[in-house]
Amino acid sequence: MTTVLDRTTSPATPSTSPAPLLRERGQREVFCGLTSIIWLHRKLQDAFFLIVGSRTCAHLMQSAAGVMIFAEPRFATAIIEDRDLAGMADLHDELDRIVARVVARRPEIRMIVLVGSCPSEVIKLDLSKAAERLQARGQYAGVRFLTYTGSGIETTFTEGEDRFLASLVTALPAQEQNAKPRLLVAGCLADVVEDQFRRIFTALGIEQVDFLPMRESTVMPSVGPSTTVLLAQPYLTETARLLQSRGCQLLHPLFPLGEEGTTAWLRAAADAFGVDPGRFEAITRPGRDRARIAMTRARSELEGKSLFLFPDSQLEPALARVLSREAGMVPLEVGTPFLNRLHLSSELDLLPSDVTLSEGQDVDRQLDRLRDAAPDLTVCGMGLANPLEAEGFATKWSIELVFTPIQGYDQAGDLAELFMRPLRRRALLQTGRA
Amino acid sequence: MQLAMWTYEGPPHVGAMRIATAMRGLHYVLHAPQGDTYADLLFTMIERDAKRPPVTYTTFQARDLGADTAAIFKTACADAEARFKPDAMIVGASCTAELLQDDPGGLAAALGLSIPVVALELPSYQKKENWGAAETLYRLVRSFAAGPTPEGRNPASCNILGPTALGFRHRDDVEEICRLLVSIGVTVNVVAPLGASVHDLTRLPQAAFNVVLYPEIAATSASFLKERHGQPFTKTVPIGSGACRDFVAEVAQMAGLDVEAALAKIQSRAPWYAASIDSNYLTGKRVFIFGDATHAIAAARIARDELGFTVCGLGTYTREFARDVRAAAKTYGLDALITDDHLEVEDAIIAAQPELVLGTQMERHVAKRLKVPCAVISSPVHVQDFPARYSPQMGPEGANVIFDSWVHPLMMGLEEHLLGMFRDDFEFHDGANPSHLAPASQKTVEPEAPQIVAQGAPNWAQEAESELKKIPFFVRGKARRNTERFAADHGLSTITIETLYDAKAHYSR
Repeated sequence: MTTVLDRTTSPATPSTSPAPLLRERGQREVFCGLTSIIWLHRKLQDAFFLIVGSRTCAHLMQSAAGVMIFAEPRFATAIIEDRDLAGMADLHDELDRIVARVVARRPEIRMIVLVGSCPSEVIKLDLSKAAERLQARGQYAGVRFLTYTGSGIETTFTEGEDRFLASLVTALPAQEQNAKPRLLVAGCLADVVEDQFRRIFTALGIEQVDFLPMRESTVMPSVGPSTTVLLAQPYLTETARLLQSRGCQLLHPLFPLGEEGTTAWLRAAADAFGVDPGRFEAITRPGRDRARIAMTRARSELEGKSLFLFPDSQLEPALARVLSREAGMVPLEVGTPFLNRLHLSSELDLLPSDVTLSEGQDVDRQLDRLRDAAPDLTVCGMGLANPLEAEGFATKWSIELVFTPIQGYDQAGDLAELFMRPLRRRALLQTGRA
Repeated sequence: MQLAMWTYEGPPHVGAMRIATAMRGLHYVLHAPQGDTYADLLFTMIERDAKRPPVTYTTFQARDLGADTAAIFKTACADAEARFKPDAMIVGASCTAELLQDDPGGLAAALGLSIPVVALELPSYQKKENWGAAETLYRLVRSFAAGPTPEGRNPASCNILGPTALGFRHRDDVEEICRLLVSIGVTVNVVAPLGASVHDLTRLPQAAFNVVLYPEIAATSASFLKERHGQPFTKTVPIGSGACRDFVAEVAQMAGLDVEAALAKIQSRAPWYAASIDSNYLTGKRVFIFGDATHAIAAARIARDELGFTVCGLGTYTREFARDVRAAAKTYGLDALITDDHLEVEDAIIAAQPELVLGTQMERHVAKRLKVPCAVISSPVHVQDFPARYSPQMGPEGANVIFDSWVHPLMMGLEEHLLGMFRDDFEFHDGANPSHLAPASQKTVEPEAPQIVAQGAPNWAQEAESELKKIPFFVRGKARRNTERFAADHGLSTITIETLYDAKAHYSR
């Protein structure tokens, strides 16, 4: 359980921000990457996610997915059993049998994603070989097989999406030579947000826009040197790396949260595509005004309130930036499971200089720091939220930030609302707590 | 490999966690990869616990695998002891750590901690949650209650064994049964694991006998205590009025009390409610029952003997008690369904065409899809089945709760009659929800439950199909199946109105 105070800044951030980085290792109270399936399977409507793992994986999915699981979801677990481990059954034969059952049950599925888990990785079950074999055999015409890892040992929560998108990138067709410039927006967004951005890009005159992931697995955008990539989410380290290795140009603006972030994000694309500044101003003005109005209201309730964020999704630095700059909150500690200094360079520049930035976690020590800091609002996972409420701390459970449309101008108010609600509720309730 | 979209039980270490969380002063150090802390929210969200489960996870990551995961485990153990200062510790591995073979028990022993450490061996790829809970409780009881048997025990004193964290209505069952036992003159020595400390476990031998409320959790421990300390244990689980009487008689006998006097203490409204004429229409309602073995067996008895239902299906996912469920099913003329594959359960429900499903959270959703009324009788359950109000399943009040919650989803008598008489009312139509349950249902819904159409099934003539629609929808599936079987038995290729009524006459004999 080591703690390292890292005051050096990486070359990628010639930042003036002296925010110290606290690196911790200890118990991490976070989800594994498998949980990303919960939203990915809804985005990609013709894909089926088959986890190859243990009963724990299946139990995690149904516990995390709550009520939705009963609607016959487009995901399942192939549970490894004793006979598989003892070598009494050939794991690849078993997997083939399971895949055949899935295809028979869901003939409309066009993509089957084999998702690796901790057990499958520890026993070194080669899922990419399995995917290749299933694909090569041609038994399931029209079904594409992909694989990625969502294991806890490799991935934290939203990193599952990163690994999935990275796997998709390897399957994307290559651009033709001298292809027209295209914009690729990477990172799962709510459909409504995606539609809003598409309208804005069209209005700006950027016509060739693709979103990754796409809504249907059969519509694959091509990528290459003519592609400019705008990351919509901060957790796409591997996806970005692979896109760059295919020649794509990557932009590093703020993430599209709040008025400021959305404007910076859109402007990065506009600049890359040579959009006239006057036009940019005219097109984004109504959205900026609406976002500002919403944020002004939020400011009246949130200004001066201190904020403590536990690591969860890698969205934390960007959230802290919005809440401090647009709603006037005072972030005390900003935890993130993993800090990509390159992708977050713009974000880190805008964080208050006295904030503690922490990467990784030793949850008991972090709880000690929380109690010392006594923030007005704590952003944390569901394993900590009720216990902290019972101790007298107001909390906002963090997973909701991944399941709610919060990006773009017209969601800025909704984003702030998520943080206002627990404080408002605390003020409303007259009766005692547990 | 087993394909699972849904699992009735979690892995065995979740069972161990249910024991640790139920108890006081016991800490669990679990060797597990990052992410397995999801289990915390079972307790903090579903059961709404106000404190974190007393579990320290090592949460190792891939980069740790090349290094020393055993060292990480040892550090976690030492840190947990220093921080939480528990009276005792249990240590074990989750499914992934089991593959690493770091031997948590040996490592913890090597640390020389000042508190007792109980090592758990929970085979994750063979066993499941309830087994894990039972094994953990047994290891603890073995470790802390194996001392000498005390002299001169009060014959009318007992322990209550089995209630855990995250148990279906365990909180209120314990309160109800304690109240019942005290009312008949029995002293409760220790309740375990729920609310017990390690010190309480050492006091287990002081009672004269044990009350086993949940055999899935406590049967092993009760057998051990019987062997070691000569404590007999109860066999009847007091769910339902009849079982409650049997239980009280059994306890009174064990405690050396007057049985008749004890029975006179039971006061429940459920028997009168079931006898009152309003319940007449419940007679013969077809009910499908699925859950853990204890709750399924208890539910079947209540359904037939106390509510007058017809049990048309009975099953469990608890393989450990499959024999008991098979024996019970025989008494209803059924073959028990023993499976943990919810797709099989769904098929069995469709085939049985019940008018009411009593099951777990999973069956609730199958029933919703099939538009069959349903009530939850067993784990796994979701947050709404950890209610704020007093809601036992056991004892006299439990019988009351059961009467209300099982009858509630059924269409009330008058509405059922009116639907049989007038079929085309625009509001109170076929397939609309019972009017006491939901606002007028949105659009016309397709009331037919999915049918399993056998190969070579006879055809329905148009007018016979229309006539079939005149049968109230909750028994229509059964009528359709009977008619088709009748037609098949008589070699009829087409079903006419005549066939429909011939079949009705045939099966009503």
